Amino acid sequence: MAQKKKFLYLNRKAPHGTIYALESLEVVLIGAAFEQDVSLAFLDDGVFQLMAGQDTTAAGMKNFSRTFKALGDYDVRKFYVERESLAERGLTVEDLMPITYEDENEDYAEKPSIHLVGRAELAAIIADQDVVLSF
Amino acid sequence: MQLAIVVNEGPYTHQASDTAYHFTKAALEKGHGITRVFFYHDGVNNGTRLTVPPQDDRNLQKLWSELGEKHGLDMVVCIAAAQRRGILDADEARRHGKDASNIAAGFRISGLGQLIEAGIEADRLVVFGD
Repeated sequence: MAQKKKFLYLNRKAPHGTIYALESLEVVLIGAAFEQDVSLAFLDDGVFQLMAGQDTTAAGMKNFSRTFKALGDYDVRKFYVERESLAERGLTVEDLMPITYEDENEDYAEKPSIHLVGRAELAAIIADQDVVLSF
Repeated sequence: MQLAIVVNEGPYTHQASDTAYHFTKAALEKGHGITRVFFYHDGVNNGTRLTVPPQDDRNLQKLWSELGEKHGLDMVVCIAAAQRRGILDADEARRHGKDASNIAAGFRISGLGQLIEAGIEADRLVVFGD
């Protein structure tokens, strides 16, 4: 593919209760095959998508949270989490799953994919994109 | 300008499909090109020919089908989202052993790659959703 664009997936909704988060992840997985410059952002209730220790057994729903950890293998390595959204929900980065990728340029060293960003910084990241898909 | 349109909500419950329809129609009237209209999430429900809204209300599926036919639009319904919600074409109905299909005229069923491709090819991708 000649063109490489910056794709941002904006995740704003809680992981379970509606299907937005799961179907967003399906787009990310398919999109990975197109070798674009991909970023994910988590804000509003979307920050709950990355919570550690999710258990959907009682709700009878699919627990797809582990899939986020595999995204590094698909070259999806930029997870921007909005600091204010976490704080407004009484969360810190310690409540989130550790998500890493292997850096092939540094002997496959494990590096964190999650980056905490402020609201203004996230606005600048959004403005810098070619394609923003909001879910 | 070449625009790609994404419709993420079904008809009537949300305004997204109405707004997307009017936006697409206005863009075409202004001379812009529409790379593709992609229906995702509950947006796939815009593509069932079995909707029968009251006669004094708009029929969004029909409006989309007519706009699609008039301008030769590529209107794609996501296959995975469609199957979850019971939107099938004849081939998919046969493949899954279902006794009916319901895809409306002018819509076609395809994969999410079509959404990414539209994002790559269009000058702007415009998302209509909740």
